[in-house]
Amino acid sequence: MISDLFSVTVLVGILASGIRLATPYLYAAIGETFAQRSGVLNLGVEGQMLLGAFAAFYVALTTGNLGLAVLVAMLVGAIMGLAMAFVTVNLHAQQGISGIGFYLFGLGMSDLLFQKMLGTVETVRGFPRIHIPVLSDIPGLGQIFFSQNLMVYAAYLLVPIAWFVLNKTTLGLKIRSVGENPEAADSLGVSVAGVRYFTIVLGGTLSGVAGASLSIALLNVFQQNMTSGLGFIAVALVYFGGWRPWGVLGGALLFSMVNSLQLWIQVLGIPIPSDIAVMMPYVLTILVLVASVSRVRGPSALTKPFERED
Amino acid sequence: MPEANILPSGKARIDSLEMRGVTKRFPGVLANDRVDFDVKSGEVHALLGENGAGKSTLMKILYGLYHPDEGEILLNGKPVTISSPNDSIHLGIGMIHQHFMLVQTLTVAENVALGLPSSRGLLTDLDRVSKRIIELADIYGLKIDPSAYIWQLSVGQQQRVEIIKALYRGAALLILDEPTAVLTPQEVDELFTIMNQMVKDGHALIFISHKLHEVVEISHRVSVLRDGRKIGTRPTSETTKQDLANWMVGREVGFAPNRGVVERGEVRLKLEAVSCGSDRGTPGLRAVSLDVQAGEILGIAGVSGNGQRELAEAVTGLRKVTEGKVTLEGENVTNLLPVELTERMLSYVPEERMRDGMIRNFSVAENMILREHHKMPFSRSGFLNLGEIARHSAELITKFQVKTPSQETLAKNLSGGNIQKVVIARELSRKPRVILAAQPTRGLDIGATEYVRQQLIEQRNAGTAILLISEDLDEILSLSDRIAVIYEGQIMDIVPREEATPAKLGLLMAGVKDESASVVTT
Repeated sequence: MISDLFSVTVLVGILASGIRLATPYLYAAIGETFAQRSGVLNLGVEGQMLLGAFAAFYVALTTGNLGLAVLVAMLVGAIMGLAMAFVTVNLHAQQGISGIGFYLFGLGMSDLLFQKMLGTVETVRGFPRIHIPVLSDIPGLGQIFFSQNLMVYAAYLLVPIAWFVLNKTTLGLKIRSVGENPEAADSLGVSVAGVRYFTIVLGGTLSGVAGASLSIALLNVFQQNMTSGLGFIAVALVYFGGWRPWGVLGGALLFSMVNSLQLWIQVLGIPIPSDIAVMMPYVLTILVLVASVSRVRGPSALTKPFERED
Repeated sequence: MPEANILPSGKARIDSLEMRGVTKRFPGVLANDRVDFDVKSGEVHALLGENGAGKSTLMKILYGLYHPDEGEILLNGKPVTISSPNDSIHLGIGMIHQHFMLVQTLTVAENVALGLPSSRGLLTDLDRVSKRIIELADIYGLKIDPSAYIWQLSVGQQQRVEIIKALYRGAALLILDEPTAVLTPQEVDELFTIMNQMVKDGHALIFISHKLHEVVEISHRVSVLRDGRKIGTRPTSETTKQDLANWMVGREVGFAPNRGVVERGEVRLKLEAVSCGSDRGTPGLRAVSLDVQAGEILGIAGVSGNGQRELAEAVTGLRKVTEGKVTLEGENVTNLLPVELTERMLSYVPEERMRDGMIRNFSVAENMILREHHKMPFSRSGFLNLGEIARHSAELITKFQVKTPSQETLAKNLSGGNIQKVVIARELSRKPRVILAAQPTRGLDIGATEYVRQQLIEQRNAGTAILLISEDLDEILSLSDRIAVIYEGQIMDIVPREEATPAKLGLLMAGVKDESASVVTT
């Protein structure tokens, strides 16, 4: 029944899982924000997430060590980022195309490893919920904000950190100028290649974490193509958020809330075809992108390779 | 003055810098061939040369952007290695690039701080940077607000930011690469005042330009490069503009094209209160009214970005006119298609010749017939008449002195001057009634410039009406019969050539209607 949606319990449930579901978007989109602010469009996020998800899941399953699992996911994402950086920075590849290549690689590779090393869908004990004392006892709010797991809290903590790094540090200044006018940065002795390597590898690392957050913190399983477009939505969120961490946070929450809503619609058996419900976040992606076009200007040098003509 | 060898910025002077036997090869080109060049504290040494003569290459080597294949650089008599801008900055060498190296979306202070270590470690120290910027600005008489965003500043102000940026990094030697190209005459005067002050304080300045009168005005010594070789160095006081021009080109150069007197005829092109938008959504033209008569060149002077592009596009049918009326030979042609204007014998020499003037991957012959390819005799019932096209282009190549290996050569493989000759040949050979020429000599060397200007004059003498849009005031002054000044999309005034002086035009270009009046507000 539609009216079921409006009971307090259900609303709290929707909000709580909305907060939770924003986690992978946040990791991936914040990482992508760094890459794009430095002028690199990394469309391989989805592939990096899939490999990160598998790596984290496998390590968690075999060792039970969740910290190690996240670390390995970061490493896998970083290696993917390093490859992307080489292709983008050194070989001046067309970024949109090479990104899709890395996505397909991640998709195929994660599935191959899954088939060879696991074969069947299993579950793992992921990050447990942490009930923050006192705060988690607040009715409603406690369940929504203060009874999540560690990876969820860390994702939200990443937003102010990213804002601070981009706007208040010398590194952030370098990243922003390399994305706007790499020639100018180069003429002042800033290493354009170095900055881009850093941001692409950072983006890959965070995409790896985003994958891990799915497989060992939110769903606690690994399945073929389990990200199902989430990485691409993360790229869209960077545009939606106007290349700003707080904007990205707003976008991530909007999408995760809609996602959470459609999940609850299915759970409650509300008579809307599930295909329509599942479609909602994607339709929203398109609508939001159409609406946000030309609202904010992106980094001027986005997708443009830099080469000193020597 | 404090100690003799210390600059007001607190940095040590560079008494002398010497480049010896510098050679730089690019694939197929010898850009610098054993070039010697030196500059001393307290002087402006001008580096003069045509496009492609190797000026920029030499300076990029000095600034560490290129690495020389041979030769050495001596600073105060000691050999130094400069392998990156970091090295040159460290040695006290600064460079003001022709295209400003500024990040538009950052503030002045952020642009200055970029790439420098911060007193707060990993965090930026913009307050401290701002304080130092104001100190330096006071010392050198540059007015600048450290918290302003670059995109808010005028071109002249942006150049001051570039100078501050170099001074902040302790530049004792400053390379200025065509610094006047984008400035109004008043801004040039201000720049020269600043340069003179810096020289008096003990800085060494290298001034790159191809504007001879500026070189004569500001420099103490002048060196000329041609085809990668240094032709010579002389004290400026012992040379004349004519000497320098001949040196640069390697032959006698005619300066002012012979314009002759022509009876002006009927009005061919008329704009009445024409308005249109711009790509940024802001007004591009605001109620522009002007007319061009047969046998005259009407020059449009103005600082880049004041509606010149919009004016050209509105007249040629490439941009929608929102208000007002465009008349071509008495017929209302407002918002007609470009092809319909072509039919009415309007020719267009576009500003971006590589983008709008030709198709890079087409041959010279194909580019020659772009405008009339669909008509007799170049095509019949949809089939190209290749024989006629070949005959036509061979004729134009000879007549317009296009240097090309063959008419099958792709346009992109020609030099800038020859590309423009192809455009000029196509547009002028069809006996146009009206020509719109936008920046027809921008980026061309003296030889090609001379040729293009002569062609325009001949068209005028033959009775064609020409609307000439140029940001080069010398060009406007040497070609035009009347001069209109455009500022923020409005025509400030139209003055006859005889009454136009650089000072008067400069004020109009800056938006000042008359000497006593205030700046036009928008």
